[in-house]
Amino acid sequence: MSEPGYTANEMMIIAAARALEGVRRVFVGVGMPNVACNLARLTVAPELELIYESGVYGARPARLPLSIGDPTLVSGASAVVSMADLFGLYLQGGHVDVAFLGGAQVDRFGNLNTTVIGEYGQPRVRLPGSGGAAEIAINARRVFQMIRLSRRSFVAKLDFVTSPGHMPGATSRERAGLRGGGPELVVTDLALLDFDNRQREMQLVSMHPGVSVEQVRAEVGWDLCQAAQLRETPLPTSEELRLLREDLDPTGLYRR
Amino acid sequence: MREAVAEYVTDGISVAIEGFTAFICFAAGHEIIRQGRRDLTLIRMTPDALYDQMVAAGVARKLVFSYLGNPGVGPLHCIRRAVEQGVPNSLDLEEYSHGGMIARYQAAATGLPFLPLHSYAGTDLPRANPDIRFLEDPYGSGPVAVVPPLRPDVAILHAQRADSEGNTHLWGLVGCQKEVAFAAAKVVVVVEELVASEVLRSDPNRTLIPGFLVDAVVVEPFGAHPSYVQGYYDRDNAFYLEWDRVSRDEAGTRAWLDEWVLGLPDRTAYLERLGTKTLARLRPEPAPAALVDYGTYR
Repeated sequence: MSEPGYTANEMMIIAAARALEGVRRVFVGVGMPNVACNLARLTVAPELELIYESGVYGARPARLPLSIGDPTLVSGASAVVSMADLFGLYLQGGHVDVAFLGGAQVDRFGNLNTTVIGEYGQPRVRLPGSGGAAEIAINARRVFQMIRLSRRSFVAKLDFVTSPGHMPGATSRERAGLRGGGPELVVTDLALLDFDNRQREMQLVSMHPGVSVEQVRAEVGWDLCQAAQLRETPLPTSEELRLLREDLDPTGLYRR
Repeated sequence: MREAVAEYVTDGISVAIEGFTAFICFAAGHEIIRQGRRDLTLIRMTPDALYDQMVAAGVARKLVFSYLGNPGVGPLHCIRRAVEQGVPNSLDLEEYSHGGMIARYQAAATGLPFLPLHSYAGTDLPRANPDIRFLEDPYGSGPVAVVPPLRPDVAILHAQRADSEGNTHLWGLVGCQKEVAFAAAKVVVVVEELVASEVLRSDPNRTLIPGFLVDAVVVEPFGAHPSYVQGYYDRDNAFYLEWDRVSRDEAGTRAWLDEWVLGLPDRTAYLERLGTKTLARLRPEPAPAALVDYGTYR
């Protein structure tokens, strides 16, 4: 594969930003999702407002926030509310259109693990835990995931389910009474995956330029299915790359 | 601070030094380490560098939390050592999600036996923590998750300013400070400034914690460093990156605790050691809110 004029992280951020077209309220964490949401606001979703679990709605950060509690998110925001209001009224009240989640492990139905690798009582690696992820996964109308493809992350069986995706698939979420629609999109460094089938099983839907199906399948720990119509992710435009490099992440913290 | 910790934080109790990224009272945590407390249950939604330091110093026996991490940086090495290797002592974990912790504080604050929330279905968290349960909605919507009240013996909460009665103004990320104050048996408020009652009364909507809840007010400028206080100082990100480095091994952690906590008599000495340059670097440019007019009604 020849060297493209952009990094894998830039492709991820740009693909995630494009997926936010027309979205109004997004629940966002720091890192790549934050950059993606800000890029979306400057391109495909000018009316997008960012909600941070720290209690901020409509942030206008003057610098790249280094944590979800960065004071730059507070100054100039539309609203700053208690976490009880944020989780109760904003999230559980059904006002989050899209939420971004990530995880150390994801399975074929988009269930996520951010708790432990190994046994819960005797973990090989203790991870951060849920934070707000369990509620976000359950209550957000739609969930987008951003995870780099690797066999360590895309596993046949999670060591621990921290936040539900489509559970064992098909109509499991509805039957369990989960209010939000669950994961719709997985943005990776090599391809886009969605769940647009009856089983709600992760499927390959769009290859990033220069990536082969075999490359993707080699990084997934189960027999990955693919959409009837496999697309190619459009190349990053020069405008997307300019905004990303000059305005949103000038030091390259998240895009390299 | 010395007196407040000596009086309200005794061995074996549960302590919540809350604050979501902001308003984390490192001054109180360091004083607890200096006074050599043991077997504390540390409660907080997001244990970060402060609880990492406290666990490394051996003050904690148990952690009640929803997210373990050095925010924006990475894992908490000392807590991981305690959980994975029992160093310096084993640490029990009682784990929830953010929504669950908030609901627990709200249940305690409002005197309810439990609170329901839309969470935990389809997760392994109830398996990890049997106190997360499901009840059948008596009005027919199906099963709903419930969590029990969480009532810390002491809450230590940092804010911008309070009056001598303990009425406390807080602005910025209010987090769950109000709920914790109402949930806790005792409340110690730590502020950047003590102000006249008239200052508080000029903006009553900003009073997050009413004085009747407050058992002690401690004035400790920069007491939340390296976390931040909106409008007073910025988060010291350099510190959080440095902590990630020094906390990776036990010896480095001990050396840091000796230098910055155990080897210092109090917060004043800490700030002197930090230096005026660092403190000046963290001061933000002012951005005052537009004036709010409450009116005078005679």
